[in-house]
Parts: sequence; structure tokens; C-alpha cells
Amino acid sequence: MIECRGLRAGYGGREVLRGLDLRIARGEMVGLLGPNGSGKTTLLHVLSGVLAPTAGTVRLGGREIGTLRPRQRAGMVAAAPQRAEPVDGMTVSSLVLLGRYPYLSALGGYGPQDHAAAAAALADTGLTALAGRQTTALSGGEFQTALLARALCQSTDILLLDEAASNLDVAKKAAMHELLREKNALGLTVLSAVHDLNLAALYCDRLIFLKNGRVLADGPTHTVFTRERVEEVYETTFHVFAHPVTGAPQGVVVPGGGGSGFGGGRGPGDG
Amino acid sequence: MPRLALFAMLLIAPLTVLAGCLAGPYPAPWSAVLGILAGGREYDPAWVMVVQMRFYRSLLAWLVGAGLAMSGVAFQGVLRNPLAEPFTLGVSGGAAFGAALAMGLGYTGATLIPGLSMVPVWALAGALAALGAALVLARGAGGTSRETLVLAGIVVSAFLSACISLFKALNEESVTSVVFWIMGGFQGRGAADVWLYLPYFGLGTLVVWFYSRELDVLALGQAQAVQLGVDAARVRVRILAAASVMAGAAVSVCGVIGFVGLAAPHLARLGFGGGARRQLAVSGMLGGTLLVWSDIVARTILPGGAELPVGVVTALLGGPFFLFLLRKKAGGGA
Repeated sequence: MIECRGLRAGYGGREVLRGLDLRIARGEMVGLLGPNGSGKTTLLHVLSGVLAPTAGTVRLGGREIGTLRPRQRAGMVAAAPQRAEPVDGMTVSSLVLLGRYPYLSALGGYGPQDHAAAAAALADTGLTALAGRQTTALSGGEFQTALLARALCQSTDILLLDEAASNLDVAKKAAMHELLREKNALGLTVLSAVHDLNLAALYCDRLIFLKNGRVLADGPTHTVFTRERVEEVYETTFHVFAHPVTGAPQGVVVPGGGGSGFGGGRGPGDG
Repeated sequence: MPRLALFAMLLIAPLTVLAGCLAGPYPAPWSAVLGILAGGREYDPAWVMVVQMRFYRSLLAWLVGAGLAMSGVAFQGVLRNPLAEPFTLGVSGGAAFGAALAMGLGYTGATLIPGLSMVPVWALAGALAALGAALVLARGAGGTSRETLVLAGIVVSAFLSACISLFKALNEESVTSVVFWIMGGFQGRGAADVWLYLPYFGLGTLVVWFYSRELDVLALGQAQAVQLGVDAARVRVRILAAASVMAGAAVSVCGVIGFVGLAAPHLARLGFGGGARRQLAVSGMLGGTLLVWSDIVARTILPGGAELPVGVVTALLGGPFFLFLLRKKAGGGA
């Protein structure tokens, strides 16, 4: 479904992804982890067509990404962004309906099936009651949920999430991931960049750790989520244990653990 | 409710143009005006006054107002900046410089179109050249992001305004006519100007209307627009070029009329909300009506048939009203 080989990309003269290789098969649910500036957002930008690779190949569903027309690509890959601003005068339902843009004909408007898809996405994310609300009047969490609803409304095979739950409370975070698992069970391929290690470990079958623009570790959650691994990735001391109910690996930082401090990252970046 | 209001505005448009036929230093009764518009005789002095001097002028004012307003919607949408307006890419400076050149060099004679001087043709050429320069500059500066585009427009505008000042300094005898032209107005405009403006109005309207769904998506910003399948870089330039051509052609026929292209989109957004298509329709109607009424004020407020530049009227009347609305909105806790 997704395949990157020797992928290099960056902004201006600054290279962020430095020869990245990965393959994700149809129907996987993958967590993308790594410190600030490791290239998570950049990778998602490349996969969603926002940023063109400077070298290497990227294939979506077997086709080179550069050969896809913008709408064709948007019919295959949907993305919920890390940062977004609500738009003055745009309601929740009209925001979600924009997810149908890739399927519009040259002159036509949004038809009944588009409205049906939007209604379904609103219902899935529990936003039906807020459909008529202005996006500028939403809380941070509600707006973020609306962006996910829009991505679901796009009805793609691949869903890219960039910190899509970062503004949600604990319960809503869990609810959002339950929904993603449901969609995943129906065949949706999910690649989700998160800072919350434990959330990723609870809900993803496979984790990919990025560091300095390359894949540092990649494999089933139980295999790759070890103390040595996360300490290597984040350069600080961790305690790793099994989740008391599900048995999934979980990690907590040990205070005063002699990490490399703020100097360890590669400066302010795009998470 | 918005549907009803839109319908009302559709009715108000022809009534406004009709009001434009009634107003002026010489009174013309309703019945006479309606009779003349329905089929008057060409050599009747009343026909000349109502049709040639007032009807085409008002029609032009309506089209220019609507064009500037829709152009403003496109600019504010694409650049995601409430302060953007139709002249952001420098087309007003280009048109003014073109007109100043024509006046200064004496190329004001008649063209192939009867009743039309060379000035608007030069102005249009200047506007298109300025637009081209801004787009080339932006591309040369490494892209067509909204900051780059706005900066390129500022550079072009500053350069052209310096050129106009230089020109004024070197050609003292033509300064008054250049200044008066730049201030903008519909005095002496007629059918030929309508015909000159109409194709650009039509083309601009068609293009921004065609891209209205893309305008909705672009409101989310470049990255999200691309993720939703809009060829953002290309579409943005196309919309801005069409909107600039529509605004530049307006400047060519009647000089620089500020405020309509900035305020009408705001009024439409405050009053009606909704997507780009509704914004275009509503602010087009608002802009047209606003400018015809401003023109009526401009030519009736001074005694003895003297006229104010209409740009002065739009700013003097519209400015405070606009402020009032913004304050009201801010006070409403929106």
C-alpha cells in the first residue's frame, strides 16, 4: 500500500528525511514515533503530496506518487493535520463536506452521496449535534475531531494522522482510537504519528521509530517497544512495563535520568 | 433567510441602476425615464441625458462595483488575509502609470471603438504588465506562497508609484488630469466604456465562479488544500490572475476606486456567511449597488452640476459604516 525507498525530503536547504525506507501493507495500523524533528510530519507531508521528495521513490498502491493527479491521490490518501486554523464563516458540516472534493465533477456541486458520506463521518465521530456550529466556535478538541471526520469523509484506503488526538482528553483519545481500530478492521490502512508512546502501543500493531530522518526500528509493538530501544530513540532513561489489563508494553520516563536535555533534539521543528 | 435576502438583492440591482437614471442636476420624472428606457428616440435631448449620460454610467458603476467586490472575495480567500483587496498585486499602480503615460505623451485620441479614448487601453496594458511583473517576481523569489505574492505586489506597487511621481515631476502640465483620473470616477463614462469593461468582467466572473469550490478548500491553507486534491499552486495563481484582470480593467475605465473591493466581501461575510459561491454572489450584488449609490451621491451632492470623485464618496461614507459594523461584531462576542 505504502512504499518508500531511499526517500529524501526537506524544506528549503534543510534535509529532514535522509534515506528512509519503509513498507506498509494494506490494512495495517502503524504508529509513527520519534523525537521532535525526527521527520514524522515531513514523512506524512510527502505521503500526502504536500512535499515533493528530493530523492528516492514513494509508491502508493503500487503507483509512483508523482504520477498521480492531485485529486486521484486525494482519493487514495486522506490526512488529518497537526496544525490547522478554523475558518471564519465555515460550519462543521461544510468543513467535513470538503472531504468530498476529490470526487466532484468538473462543474457539479456536492451531491446526495457526498452529503451522506459527510453525515456518516459526523455520526462516527460524535459530531452530529455540532454539525451547524461555526468552526471558529469549537473547542480545540472538537475542531481536531472535525478534521478527523473530514479525513474519514474522504473515503480513502489510507489515512494519515499527525498528532490527531493531541488536543483531546484521555477518554476522547481512547474513543478516537477505538474508532480508528474499527475502521482499520474494515480495511483502512492507518499511519499515525504520535508523541504519546503508550497510546500508540495500546492501539497499534506495529511501531516505526524515526530518528534523524531514518527508520531506527520497525516491527510488531511487543518486539520493538523495549527499554533499550526507547532510551536509544529519546536519549533519556525509561522504565518499561506491561499494561496491567492488555499486556501491551508501556513506558514512563524516570526523573533525573540523565537525558541529554533540550540540546539532544535537532532544534525546533515539525515534530 | 439567505435565499430570500439574495432574491431581494437581485431585485434591488436593476432598481439601483434605474435610480441612477433618475438622479442628477436635471430632474427626470419616473414616467419619462421608464418611457425612454423602453424605447426612446435617439435624437431626443431627454434620451441623450437619461440613456447616454446616466444609464450606461450607472450600468458601468454597477459592473465595476460588482467586479471589484468579487475580485476582493477571491483575493481575501486565496491569500487568507482579510486586508487583501483587488489591488494587492499592483494592478492599480500599473493602470495608473499606463494612463499617466498616455496623458503625458498625448496619446489620448480616439480608438477603433467610437467614443473611447486611448487612455483606458493604455491603462489596461499597464495593469496587465504590473500583474505579470508581480507573478514573475513571486516565482523568481522561490514560490507562490501567500507571503511571497503579497510582497511581490508591494514591490511592484511601490515601484510604479515612484514611476508615477517621477512622471508627475517631469510633466507638470498633465498633473491635474492624471491626479483626477487616478482618484477615480464615472464622469463622462458611457456605452463604449461598458463594452470595454464587459469582456474582462465576464471572463473574471467566469473564472472565479468556476474555481469557487477550490476557493472553499484553499481557505484551509495550502497544505490541507493539497491533501484534499487541489492543485493549489496552480489554482491560486489562476484565481488571482483572473481577479486582477477584472480589477485592472475596472481601473482602466474609471480610475482607482478603493474600499469597495475591501469592504463588500467583509459585509457579505458578516451578513451572510456561507461558502465562496454565496460570498461571490452576495458581495457582487452589494458592491454593485454600493458603487451606483456612491456615484449618485458623487454627482448630486455639489451644487451646480459639479462632481466629486466617487472614490472619495465610497471612502467617506463606507469607512465609518464599515467601522461601525466591525465594532458591532466585536461587541457581539463573535
